[in-house]
Amino acid sequence: MRSFRFVDYLPFLLFAALALFPLVESTFYTQLLTKILIMAIFAMSLDLLIGYTGLVSFGHAAYFGLAGYALALMGPKYEAVSLWWSLPAAMGICAAFALVTGILILRTRGIYFIMVTLAFAQMLYFVFHDTKLGGGSDGIYIYEKPLMKLGDAVLIDLENLNHFFWLVLVLILLVYLFLRRILQSPFGKALVGIKVNEHRMRALGFPVFRYQLASFTLSGALAGMAGYLAAVQYGFVNPEILSWHQSGAVMMMVILGGMGTLYGPVIGAFAFVLLREFLSNDAWTGIFAKHWQLAMGVFIVLVALYLPRGLAGVLQRFGKKPLEEADDE
Amino acid sequence: MSEVSSRELAGSISSVAEVVPILRTSGLTKRFGGLVAVSDVSLDLRVGEIHVVIGPNGAGKSTLTNLLSGDLPPTSGTVHFEGRDIAGCSADRVSRLGIGRSYQKTNIFLPFTVFENCRLAAQSRTQHAFRLFHRAPRFRDINDKAEKAMAAAGLSHRADRIAQTLSHGEQRQLEIAMCMATQPRVLLLDEPLAGMGPHESQRMVELIKGLAANHAIMLIEHDMDAVFALAHRLTVMVNGEVLESGAPEDVRSSPAVQLAYLGGEGLLHD
Repeated sequence: MRSFRFVDYLPFLLFAALALFPLVESTFYTQLLTKILIMAIFAMSLDLLIGYTGLVSFGHAAYFGLAGYALALMGPKYEAVSLWWSLPAAMGICAAFALVTGILILRTRGIYFIMVTLAFAQMLYFVFHDTKLGGGSDGIYIYEKPLMKLGDAVLIDLENLNHFFWLVLVLILLVYLFLRRILQSPFGKALVGIKVNEHRMRALGFPVFRYQLASFTLSGALAGMAGYLAAVQYGFVNPEILSWHQSGAVMMMVILGGMGTLYGPVIGAFAFVLLREFLSNDAWTGIFAKHWQLAMGVFIVLVALYLPRGLAGVLQRFGKKPLEEADDE
Repeated sequence: MSEVSSRELAGSISSVAEVVPILRTSGLTKRFGGLVAVSDVSLDLRVGEIHVVIGPNGAGKSTLTNLLSGDLPPTSGTVHFEGRDIAGCSADRVSRLGIGRSYQKTNIFLPFTVFENCRLAAQSRTQHAFRLFHRAPRFRDINDKAEKAMAAAGLSHRADRIAQTLSHGEQRQLEIAMCMATQPRVLLLDEPLAGMGPHESQRMVELIKGLAANHAIMLIEHDMDAVFALAHRLTVMVNGEVLESGAPEDVRSSPAVQLAYLGGEGLLHD
């Protein structure tokens, strides 16, 4: 029944190729790639909402940033925190926050949903910006990066760039496989049904709110994973990690890459971060480097006009051709 | 008592089922601000019986359906389903209790295949939903229900077609198939023949006739041939109120109904 599709196996090929990357490339590119993969996890978490549940969240930075602050505030100041519990704890905090805010946010729809998600993210931004809780607008340094120890042996030291890269790489694969599996389950099918026709799902007897809340919470937790990793990479957190620019950037990655494909947002993260690096580097773009957003804007407009299914749509055209021809007979 | 055994029971002792309504409304009223869309409506639905509701546009027929299906909460009055008051229950709750509905305006999952439309509908009846790590197509019981519903609606040969590419009539059939896949005991059908050609209409009439044996059906319809071919009981609504209700022949000859339709749209004049 299932015909071979190139795109099904692409993630594994990419994974294998990327695992070798730090061995052959400089630390600069390893760090850049790590950053991209972290953003890709963030973008996939948002795709679960936008692409599969039909909920356009414009405040996803709230969960991303909250996990960063959770890491900075949870650990002892001059001692490395254990990765074993701090990552699950940060994700748990984000899940709890998503659950509570979700109960309120999910009472709204459409444009109001977008505004309310943004409002919650902005509230969190100002909580950290205007209070001493998280060091105000200066933020907090994370002096010691997390360690994963077994007994006395250090398994993973995130101070080590290669360790960190491989951890992120394994996590993104796990997140991808986890989401792909879930989306093929009855739960995932119901989410897509809600995206396509929420009213009909309700009439068929689905408790729509519960499904949406589950999706929202899961998405918040995964955004938290990305936020935790981002905080580790930067070595500090400040309110900018919670800002609406961050929410906008991740949404652009999802849209650029192609909503509702899961791998699309990964492609989107690559395209967005690489393009931003390229355009804002004055060695390459000279005096235009300062105005990189202008060129980025043009690129996004072009993609929106000519690739309505995002960059993933181009891949799909290759991958699906044999399947569609078989259907036409 | 499980859902299945109670349905079998209802079918086997239909003489009892005929007298005991499975769904009964009394004094059902819905106001939208100053407008009374449905006013003091009391009606019964019985298994084995097709209860047709007719009336001119704006008579409140669709609003009545929405009140029974939980899409709208009533302003006052009760809806008793198997003895319990379900007025004000949410639509998903009402559906899970065993009241299925179809929509006047086709309301399906257009980008999905016919099978997936029915599969989702059947899935709503199971507790598998939160088993996150099993692929959906592996649930044999759900697939079987979906296949049965497609077969009942005469759509098996279209299983793999994308719903959007179906003809209007087939989309209406799919609407019914999805409703059937949820295995309801009460069917609320809101103008299932709307926009259908004569051939398609005939097939739908046969389908509904077949369903009547073990379902309680409320049918809203404008096509008078279909109405009199199907109705066991006929209710005429005008301006949100029940004008007349009873056996189809009695209602047809009622002077009040004749007057209302003569003054209105002349629907009863063939």
